Amino acid sequence: MANAATAPAGGFFANWRQNIIYIGFVVIFLVFALTLNDKGFLNPNNLLNIVRQTAMIAVMAVAMTFVLSAGEIDLSVGAVAGLATVTVAMAIAVAGPVGGILAGLATGLAVGMFNGWLTTKIGIPSFLTTLAMMGIAKGVAMWVSDTAAVPILSPGYSWVFGGGSVGPIPVLLFWIALIAGVGHVALRRSGFGRRVLATGGGETAARYSGIDTASIKFRVLVLSSCAAALAGMLYAGRLQSGRFQLGEGDELSVIAAAVLGGTSLFGGKGTVIGTIVGALMIGLINNGLILMGLEFSQQLIARGGIIILAVALSQKRA
Amino acid sequence: MTAPAPLAVQMTGISKSFGGIRALDSVDFEVRAGEVHALLGGNGAGKSTILKVLNGVHVPDEGDIVVAGTPLTTHTPEASRAAGIAMNFQEMSLVPTLTVAQNVFLTREARDARGLIDDADSVRRAREIFDMLQVQVDPEALVGDLGAGQKQLTEIAKAISQKARVLILDEPSTALAVSDVERLFTFLRKLKAEGVAIVYVSHRMDEIARIADRATILRDGKHVITAPLSELPIDTMIEHIVGKRSKGLADVVRGEVSRGDVLLELSHVTGPHKPEDVSLTLHRGEVLGLAGLLGSGRSALARVIAGVEPAVAGEIRIKGRKVAIRRPSDAISEGVALVPEARATQGIIPAQSVADNMAMAVIGRISPRGIVDRGRVRALADQMIGRLSIKTASRDNAVSTLSGGNQQKVVIGKWLATEPEILILDEPTAGIDIGSKSEIIRLVRDLAQAGKGVIIISSELSELLTACDRILVMADGRAHQLLDRADLDDPAEADPEHALQAAERRLQVEIQKALTTKEAVHG
Repeated sequence: MANAATAPAGGFFANWRQNIIYIGFVVIFLVFALTLNDKGFLNPNNLLNIVRQTAMIAVMAVAMTFVLSAGEIDLSVGAVAGLATVTVAMAIAVAGPVGGILAGLATGLAVGMFNGWLTTKIGIPSFLTTLAMMGIAKGVAMWVSDTAAVPILSPGYSWVFGGGSVGPIPVLLFWIALIAGVGHVALRRSGFGRRVLATGGGETAARYSGIDTASIKFRVLVLSSCAAALAGMLYAGRLQSGRFQLGEGDELSVIAAAVLGGTSLFGGKGTVIGTIVGALMIGLINNGLILMGLEFSQQLIARGGIIILAVALSQKRA
Repeated sequence: MTAPAPLAVQMTGISKSFGGIRALDSVDFEVRAGEVHALLGGNGAGKSTILKVLNGVHVPDEGDIVVAGTPLTTHTPEASRAAGIAMNFQEMSLVPTLTVAQNVFLTREARDARGLIDDADSVRRAREIFDMLQVQVDPEALVGDLGAGQKQLTEIAKAISQKARVLILDEPSTALAVSDVERLFTFLRKLKAEGVAIVYVSHRMDEIARIADRATILRDGKHVITAPLSELPIDTMIEHIVGKRSKGLADVVRGEVSRGDVLLELSHVTGPHKPEDVSLTLHRGEVLGLAGLLGSGRSALARVIAGVEPAVAGEIRIKGRKVAIRRPSDAISEGVALVPEARATQGIIPAQSVADNMAMAVIGRISPRGIVDRGRVRALADQMIGRLSIKTASRDNAVSTLSGGNQQKVVIGKWLATEPEILILDEPTAGIDIGSKSEIIRLVRDLAQAGKGVIIISSELSELLTACDRILVMADGRAHQLLDRADLDDPAEADPEHALQAAERRLQVEIQKALTTKEAVHG
């Protein structure tokens, strides 16, 4: 694979700052393995739990990698995921699982196209567009569900979208692998991915090179909302219900996962593999801190500290 | 040629205004297949605008474009490219976060059997282009890590890799050494024989004379003349470009050299990459030129003195006192100002006004109690606009609306506002017209006369010869030889134009000699 875009000449450790996420992941894993072994950290069930808890973040973070690489941001993903859980659950109740899936995808498409339209045609920065959309999506979800949980009574749907497992392996792991694989190839090797990186790396230059940068931005925002809707469908399947609170606050974990993984907040630089590892690392830290028996308040502080440390170490010194 | 070749491009009655200023006024422009057509004009003449219209970046207000017999109705970069038009951009149409090869083939990437991008193939093809031009650019380097010259080469590679029907080269030679320009010309002649129409923009008349078949001259947004080059001697060209007055470089009077005390003294200074072990002195009232090819360490030396890339060894003395320059602010407070090489990224903030750009380096000085004194900003801007005769509708216009030469004057004004004693100018006249060039050279002479010490870097030797009292020839990061300007003159030659050409040849020989010398000779 030609990964020259992100890894200049030199060995893995020569570029340790770039690869800090992978080193950090291994270090944190080893520390937890050594100190928390007696509390069941290495128990396969616990490790698979980490996967289950991170899957939705990972799915949204892959799309966020495209959004950030294009120099945009999407703050509405958590709320859109919550809205999708509600629309999916309500649609399943009247039209069955297929109707539910279509409703979920339609939710993502509609929100994404609206975000994209506001950002590229009206010219509102995506930060503001999606900040507003965060409130709108949550409001709509509360309104249509009357703030109540909507149960999902389709075992088939729940199995495919998050609840099931093949032998010991949760279906969610397949979702992560699928999205990560498609996302990685699309960003590194497809014309679309290259145009996304060019748009975020230098918009004027990209436009002069014949790239329709507005269309690229529109598409990454649609992609992000659709991924958020998929994450919502996974939440709904796993918890067999739709509730507006699901996914609340996820946007911060999603952005943190991408940035931890080495994606630039300023555009032009992104890696899907890094993002996946970033998402798993956040899950790993959450899990370890809980096993350590820290108070929730202490968990928040420790998690913030670890993220700052990781990103600080990855910065190039002037 | 017997019968005229078919028209590759026919632009008729093109008009374009920006915020009330008419940049193009009903301009006609025609290029035949298989010719090199020079497009000439001063700053703000409309050259860039008409090329951007042709290239689809700007939509014309009026007028028609026909490319190879087919009207061009959609005005977007994609449509122009589909019509077979390729162009290198002076302001760098490169994405800094992508590699050279990725930039060269952006949107035209090689695909493998599965339809996925094959970067290895792009690298190989980019290397072929650079090899053909015989220049050293690493196709796998990130564009953001390259210097201005290498970026220009990447731009050129990007344009010529497109196998276009119409190839527009905007100032391609600014990044090239003389020998490289010859190789580019060989390539262009080959394209020409294949029937490609080439539009060549350059401020270097000698190049135009060598490569172009016909020329079109614009002035103040209007078409002045289109004629075969055989009917346009250089004097006539300059006359058409600047209007009535001729402002050739040879007219700039160097004036009396009144060398004062030593202002700046470097001994055995070495930078982080380059330069290596450079010693020099700069006196009050003197203009010192740095000559050499791309990568010779001229700009690196400037960055060391200005604290952008602090020296790692050696000693810097200013007015006899040893100083430690670790960051740009140290240099500024010692009275050193650097007018950097890439004016778009290092010199100006394009979206901000002329006045705000001028005040940028002195904000502390004009902000009593932390509040910026708008009155003093306005006064400073007006003073500089007058002193440097900057052409702008008002001091509140964004710098991006000014022409290249006037943007450069804004950068110089910004640094003059710091009242420096030592002024370093890195390629101050790159990409600006001959009229503004002479003005800038004259300004440099005036500053020296007023007791400042000036260091000037330029790839145009005629400019160095006009501006400088002494010239340091550099190669490979080392100082090779210090030449007295007067020694390059032939006392027997009376005609200033010829004298300048003769001196230029001599300096050229010295630069070439420096390349072959292995051991450094300290001047």
